[in-house]
Amino acid sequence: MPVMTIREAVSQALWEEMERDPNVIILGEEVGMWGGTYAVTKGFYDHFGAERVRDTPIAEGVIVGAAVGAAMNGLKPVAEIMTINFAFLAMDQIVNHAAKIHSMFGGQFEVPVVIRTTSGGGKQLGATHSQTPDVIFAHFPGLKVVAPATPADAKGLLKSAIRGRDPVLFIEHSTMYQERGEVPADKDFLLPIGKSDVKRPGNDVTIVTYSKMVQITMRAVKQLEAEGIDCEVIDLRSLRPLDLGPVYASFKKTNRAVIVEEGWRSYGVGAEVAARIYEECFDYLDAPIQRVAQKEVPLPYSADLEKSAIPGPADVIAAVKAVV
Amino acid sequence: MDQAEHLTLYQQMVVIRRLEEKSAELYQQGKIGGFLHLYIGQEATGVGAVAARSPHDNVITAYRDHGIAVACGMEPKVILAEMLGKVTGCCKGKGGSMHLADKRLNFWGGHAIVGAHIPLATGLALANKFRGEDSVTLCFFGDGATNIGYFHEGLNLAAVWDLPIVFICENNQYGMGTSIERASAVPEMRQKAEAYGMPSARVDGMELLAVHEAAAAAIAHARAGQGPYFLEALTYRYRGHSMGDPERYRKQEEVRRWQSDDPIGKFEAVLLKRGISPDDLNAIEAQAEATIADAVRFAEESPFPPPEELWRDVYAEPEAEPQPA
Ligand SMILES: Cc1ncc(C[n+]2csc(CCOP(=O)(O)OP(=O)(O)O)c2C)c(N)n1
Ligand SMILES: [Mg+2]
Repeated sequence: MPVMTIREAVSQALWEEMERDPNVIILGEEVGMWGGTYAVTKGFYDHFGAERVRDTPIAEGVIVGAAVGAAMNGLKPVAEIMTINFAFLAMDQIVNHAAKIHSMFGGQFEVPVVIRTTSGGGKQLGATHSQTPDVIFAHFPGLKVVAPATPADAKGLLKSAIRGRDPVLFIEHSTMYQERGEVPADKDFLLPIGKSDVKRPGNDVTIVTYSKMVQITMRAVKQLEAEGIDCEVIDLRSLRPLDLGPVYASFKKTNRAVIVEEGWRSYGVGAEVAARIYEECFDYLDAPIQRVAQKEVPLPYSADLEKSAIPGPADVIAAVKAVV
Repeated sequence: MDQAEHLTLYQQMVVIRRLEEKSAELYQQGKIGGFLHLYIGQEATGVGAVAARSPHDNVITAYRDHGIAVACGMEPKVILAEMLGKVTGCCKGKGGSMHLADKRLNFWGGHAIVGAHIPLATGLALANKFRGEDSVTLCFFGDGATNIGYFHEGLNLAAVWDLPIVFICENNQYGMGTSIERASAVPEMRQKAEAYGMPSARVDGMELLAVHEAAAAAIAHARAGQGPYFLEALTYRYRGHSMGDPERYRKQEEVRRWQSDDPIGKFEAVLLKRGISPDDLNAIEAQAEATIADAVRFAEESPFPPPEELWRDVYAEPEAEPQPA
């Protein structure tokens, strides 16, 4: 199987889908001539032309709004919002329009739009540019929220998002574009949206996570393995739909869980997943479920301070040790 | 302006240029992190306009904020300390390059979400007007920012409420890699103010005295209670949008053309013509170099914030502060 980076996998998925379906267009800030802020659409403008790879003004509201309108009217737009922090400027279009239009008009319209964006901290960009607010978007029924952790997942899930009939917020991690992994070359390699994935089987503790924290968790798990603790790691891959079947199955085996997310703890992924485990697996519980999350402060610029606020392998290890 | 004032403004422009060159160096050495947007080429717009304000007038801008911070009176050492993430920086190392601010100087910050500070400017001005004060708010932003909703909502409200604001568009021809022709429906940013019935002017942003004069008139208009004013300054950034910009969207020849119209070089010529001696200018140059060298030393020697600083200043009320967990 070819090995490639997440950047290449996302790029390949977009390229193949544009080749496959002439209705797929890309729009956003610096997606064309610049080649994408994260170089994901490098070469697209020259190959597919300015009609299908559309540079927009700095105007997130109309980027998403125009994409939603075009999607309602038969195109398959992939809108790019440079970072999820700027998605707040398009919040109304995402929440009150993309997520509502199909249902509110009695199923008459479909909104097959994909909004690609980047999330995550750790680059010293200060409080407004470093957030991981993925979960906020997952609050709204009608919207799908996908956040892959590997190149293969990125390709397979993005292709499904583009071919699908519903709006998808597709969240890439801004510090993971160079991560490498095997990716099937198949042009029809599709992964269903809404299926969690066991990234590592284990018997002692269930760790539930997604996106960059899969990587951080894997590092922690290696160290724990050396100490004789065998963790099962489940990657949610999408926050909505949220597939907890594999989580319950795992928990019934391990009776212990840790949930790891990059965003803040309060009202977060950990809160949701823990509540559901308590509801569904109460009789299997051997220890209070632990949550690993970002320190509850706006992220500071200064490097060490910022680092101290974002979960690392040591935080995961401590949480696992608290439940075994 | 008298000669002493001219020399002060010249000195500010030179300090900014040296500061920015040094920042680029420190970034390349990995000492400055995050994004770094340099002001080189745009010195005359910030310096010229801010020089026309009274100390009680507000200044607010976007993330390309180092030059405007200097123009507002912020010391380079505090700026560099902030960029190095040091506790002696203007925001204790929490803001970084894009978020310089000093309330004591009525400098209300650099803001990194494009256009978002334009509504903030309307609020600053509203508060002054509400209290019957005669402060004017100077709100700087780029050409790219004129295409975002915030801009239009802000200008409209400022006009409806007759707020004392001078909107200063630093039209440097590009928003990242997108030229104005590719992003704006009208070629002059000033035309957008017309939609809100706002008087406007367009000025050569490479000419310090022209910017100063236009800004002084605009501020007088706003201070006299005649409502907001829109000033468009035509300028250019010599460097990339931020560090690491491959600059595929423009030709080097275009950059050189603007560089030959350099705001510092042009003002130097004006000063020489007005009888300032080359020695005086050289002395200012040398002094600027020394100021920046001192600032680097100060920033490098300053401590990083202690770990517990993470938990401070999340809320103004200490009892609401989060506890380390
Ligand atoms: C809402 C929002 N969208 C996108 C960005 C990314 N971005 C940062 S600066 C910039 C270009 C702004 O151009 P302009 O307003 O002309 O200012 P200049 O950089 O030229 O000074 C963009 C797109 C952002 N910071 N905020
Ligand atoms: Mg610009």
